[in-house]
Amino acid sequence: MSDLAIELDGVEKTYPFFTLDRIHLQVPHGQIMGLIGPNGAGKSTTIRILMGLVQQDRGEVRVLGRRMPAEQIAAKWDIGFASEDMRLYEGMTLAWHMDFIRSIYPNWDAPYAQLLLKRFGLRAEQKIKGLSHGQRVKATLLLVLARRPRLLVLDEPTTGLDPVARHEILKELTAVMTDEGRSVLFSSHNTQDVEQISDRITFIDRGRIIDSMDKEAYLDRWRRLRLEVPSGMALPALPGIIGIRQDGRLAVATANAFAPEMANAYESTGARVKSIETMTLEEIFVANVEHSREQEVGA
Amino acid sequence: MSSSFVISQTDKRPIYLQIMEQIKQRIAVGDWTEGEAIPSIRQLAVDLQVSVITVKRAYLELEREGVIVTQQGRGSHVASKPGLGMRLQQEELEKHLEQAVRLADLLGIRPKDLAARLRETGDRRMEKEGEQV
Repeated sequence: MSDLAIELDGVEKTYPFFTLDRIHLQVPHGQIMGLIGPNGAGKSTTIRILMGLVQQDRGEVRVLGRRMPAEQIAAKWDIGFASEDMRLYEGMTLAWHMDFIRSIYPNWDAPYAQLLLKRFGLRAEQKIKGLSHGQRVKATLLLVLARRPRLLVLDEPTTGLDPVARHEILKELTAVMTDEGRSVLFSSHNTQDVEQISDRITFIDRGRIIDSMDKEAYLDRWRRLRLEVPSGMALPALPGIIGIRQDGRLAVATANAFAPEMANAYESTGARVKSIETMTLEEIFVANVEHSREQEVGA
Repeated sequence: MSSSFVISQTDKRPIYLQIMEQIKQRIAVGDWTEGEAIPSIRQLAVDLQVSVITVKRAYLELEREGVIVTQQGRGSHVASKPGLGMRLQQEELEKHLEQAVRLADLLGIRPKDLAARLRETGDRRMEKEGEQV
């Protein structure tokens, strides 16, 4: 068996107003992959394709070693999928849904389901129509998690949740990782969630993957340099610098390929490096999207 | 005149302190000179996308320290004090020295030995610059 839980190779899909362009994506077993990008970037389309819900125009998709969408029925026994547009039966109770899923999936873990009920503060005897948005999200995740699938694919699992519920969900997702054979792919525009729990990050914008790599290595490439510049000099853009903001003698440069030599290189132009700061994923997100949009305008 | 004002999310200090520091830096390097008008509280809040109350707090503290003056209807200005920029530079140096002394104290290094270490560091830097030339 391949050591990849998910593999997308040259995947393309064209809609009238949107194109998913040559997507290459790999998620190794035992890792959490966070998919981030602005609204309309192609996160959900990518997820629908890898779940076999949308057929790609071109390219290969393998999930847990199965070709998608051709082998989706076999693959789905081991995949837990949750997205915002999933609907539960309004007139039925959560307990009814739990029984229903248990009757289909032999791996259903009843004690774990009971534990999740308690942790998420849900009542099994309550009907779905009486649940709030956050409770519905938690109910959906409970039904998916208690199956203990080898792969979890979650589209925006924390959107609309209060901080306590968010915390619970993230805790359960990281708990999944105690078992090395299990993997998670989740999308979010909450960069804090992605920064906190993912092993790898894939950054997608306008139907293209901008970056896909190890999270720590990714964060480590980005820095904000604060510099003091001699009067009348404009700070030059060195290779690896994607943006400079300067007024008067103070400048802030953003690096997406930071190397310690950059500081020396700037000092040799006569500028003085006052500080070098790491950036949060949110700051990187904004800088990256601004940069890629600027390039598109320039091109 | 505030485009290089950047608030950092990884900086653990409160935002008003970051704003104070960046204003002081502008005065220290001479971009903002004595008596010069500086952005209004509201304008800076808009530029930095932070709340008015946060910028107000920074301005109040700076006023208390005698760095700026705010007058009803006239807005805020850099204080008209000769040598203010120099004073702010000295203050920053003082802060770093205090920090060094505090760290040395934690390591059991006395100020006299710290001074010797400082001299060595200075010598090394001179040598390095000599090499580059």
